[in-house]
Amino acid sequence: MKPRRGSLERPRRSPLLTVVTGIVLIYSVVPLLWLFINSTKTQSSLFSSFGLWFSGEFALWDNIVATVTYNDGVFLRWFGNTILYVVAGAGGATFLAIIGGYALAKFTFPGKRAVFAVVIGAIAVPNTALAVPTFLMFSRLDLTNTPWSVIIPSLISPFGLYLMWTFASEAIPTELLEAARVDGAGEWRTFFTISLRLLAPGIVTVVLFTTVATWNNYFLPLIMLRDPAWYPLTIGLNSWNAQAATAGGEAIFNLVITGSLLTIVPLIAAFLLLQRFWQSGLAAGSVKE
Amino acid sequence: MTRSTPRALRGVAITAAAALVLAACGNGADDGDAPDGGEDESTTDNEGDEPTTDDGHDDALGEGGEITVWAWDPTLESVASDFMELHENVTVDIVNVGTGDDQYTALQNAISAGSGGPDIAQVEFYALPQFVLGEALADLSQYGASDLDGTFTPGPWGAVTQDEGVYALPTDSGPMALFYNARIFDEHGLDVPETWEEYREVGRELQDADPNAHITNDTGDAGFTTSLIWQAGGHPFQVDGTDITVDLADEGSQVFSEFWETMVDEELVAPVSSWSDEWYQGLSDGSIATLVIGAWMRGNLESSVGEASGDWAVAPMPQWEAGASATAENGGSSLAIMEASQQQELAYAFLDYATVGDGVQTRIDEGAFPATVEHLEDEDFTTVEFDYFGGQRVNEVLADSAANVVEGWQYLPYQVYANSIFNDHVGQAYVSGTTIAEGLESWEQALVTYGNDQGFTVSAE
Repeated sequence: MKPRRGSLERPRRSPLLTVVTGIVLIYSVVPLLWLFINSTKTQSSLFSSFGLWFSGEFALWDNIVATVTYNDGVFLRWFGNTILYVVAGAGGATFLAIIGGYALAKFTFPGKRAVFAVVIGAIAVPNTALAVPTFLMFSRLDLTNTPWSVIIPSLISPFGLYLMWTFASEAIPTELLEAARVDGAGEWRTFFTISLRLLAPGIVTVVLFTTVATWNNYFLPLIMLRDPAWYPLTIGLNSWNAQAATAGGEAIFNLVITGSLLTIVPLIAAFLLLQRFWQSGLAAGSVKE
Repeated sequence: MTRSTPRALRGVAITAAAALVLAACGNGADDGDAPDGGEDESTTDNEGDEPTTDDGHDDALGEGGEITVWAWDPTLESVASDFMELHENVTVDIVNVGTGDDQYTALQNAISAGSGGPDIAQVEFYALPQFVLGEALADLSQYGASDLDGTFTPGPWGAVTQDEGVYALPTDSGPMALFYNARIFDEHGLDVPETWEEYREVGRELQDADPNAHITNDTGDAGFTTSLIWQAGGHPFQVDGTDITVDLADEGSQVFSEFWETMVDEELVAPVSSWSDEWYQGLSDGSIATLVIGAWMRGNLESSVGEASGDWAVAPMPQWEAGASATAENGGSSLAIMEASQQQELAYAFLDYATVGDGVQTRIDEGAFPATVEHLEDEDFTTVEFDYFGGQRVNEVLADSAANVVEGWQYLPYQVYANSIFNDHVGQAYVSGTTIAEGLESWEQALVTYGNDQGFTVSAE
């Protein structure tokens, strides 16, 4: 890792810290390594070899082909569903968080404190606890077992809203907005031409958070969806896993593992691409300008 | 849409509609050549004494439509596509909403919600009484299913019939047999056990020869336990309407618990849960040397433990008494038509095709183990030599077992729940100082309490 500017003032190395970081590194990398190594094995060598080293023929490519073609290519369908849920759900959540957070940070209106209380309260309630009430509500609306039942709840991200709110109040100087207003720019024009650009690092952060949350969401789609055609990857892979535990079912652990690997690739890519913005986003607001 | 109609009203509407359809069939049925081998004898409708024939399938088939089937059995896909080829205006949509318990939860939700359920659902034998009692399943005797008595082997037929009603048709069955790893047996000079006594002895010899190997695995499996009690002649669950007696200390249960206690105490069973990847690994490398399990395991071994091809063989289930030939069922499932289905006639036509018609052969070809006497006795079936099992005629052994299942077994009307708490009670015996008999006693108490809470009259013997 690159040394941060702030740490240059303390050049002395701490062995304890190195060990702790090392443990954390191993803890986070080993599962990934395991996943990669085992996705190169065939079903039978999975059962007969040591988990953390390669064995038998290198079957990664065969596994990938089998994964995307198994059951008439249902994996690709699930992949598409996940992307749909992420684009519509996480994308929508980010959009709502941006305009909501911006409005709360830069405008005064009656009831602002109440909104603040609701948002903070909503952050405190875990999503899992809301899943069942949400299910009952959607069931009454006849929306269960449709993509809407996954997308609509994903649109709500109290944490994203709060993040955009604090970010907007720090990153956009009120004087700048006032100057724009004096020059005769309308609120929408100010928002799109000035504020949105200043908010970019914050937006990337919220995008990352909501994307990861939606990409990994398991419980909500689990209780909402019954039709495998609408499953996201998480539920789909689990149904493949469960297939091994039944009479007449075919154990396809190799496909489950390879599918899991393929599932996390886009997330890793998103992190690598957006990490740059994210870092600058986290630093913003910490220094007085 | 009927979605907003109160459920009770809808029930009336369906019954009325069904009566109309049946009446129409009674009048206008011709001698159409039923493509799926349906019998033509007229039967009596349960509710009104309206005589009818099951030629009604033809009318329903002619009309066509779409039926949804909730099933996880992979072989049903081909059956459905064959069926659709025969009847072009019929669409059969096979949906896998989850395996076993997951599917039952979804089904129960759909039943309570009054909408969103399938026309046909795959239900395992042990779970059937629960749905029958909840009046969620259509009585198929009104479509002529009572004529199928004798078509299926006694175990599965007993499982789908209840108080004169037929609530599902068996798709497969699980007569038990001893699957053993012949390579390991040869390696250590072990004899194939014929009694449970010998089985334990072989377990000890194997343990001496190779401390890593176990005669079998078990961490407390409800299905296995009840099957072994079944074979030992026990009747721990006796159900008469809503009156239930639970006796997990009857003679059969004691025979099992005393015997299996020694297996666990001497650590002859591997501490591995069935269906885990560790289990598959054990089956693959031979460290789990035998399984006493349902006949469907043949297909599972072939499809999932390819590495061990040639190692495995099948022998009759070990006996409690030397020279006997009693067996029990382990697993096995059926297809049931939901009471709420708007297309029961059409659904029955598919059911008939899949469970007694040409669909059976399709499923056998794809590795399923049938429940129909005709197929089990068929020489084409029994004489197949399986390469996976070193050329053995495995089906001979399995079909023999199907014919020798001890009759009269009953499951609880809340067996799904019962099995789900099995490990909390009996599972203790595998990890702590309590015995299996104590575990069964504690399970019994929990089942009595739960049953009474649910409105049954449950007594412990």
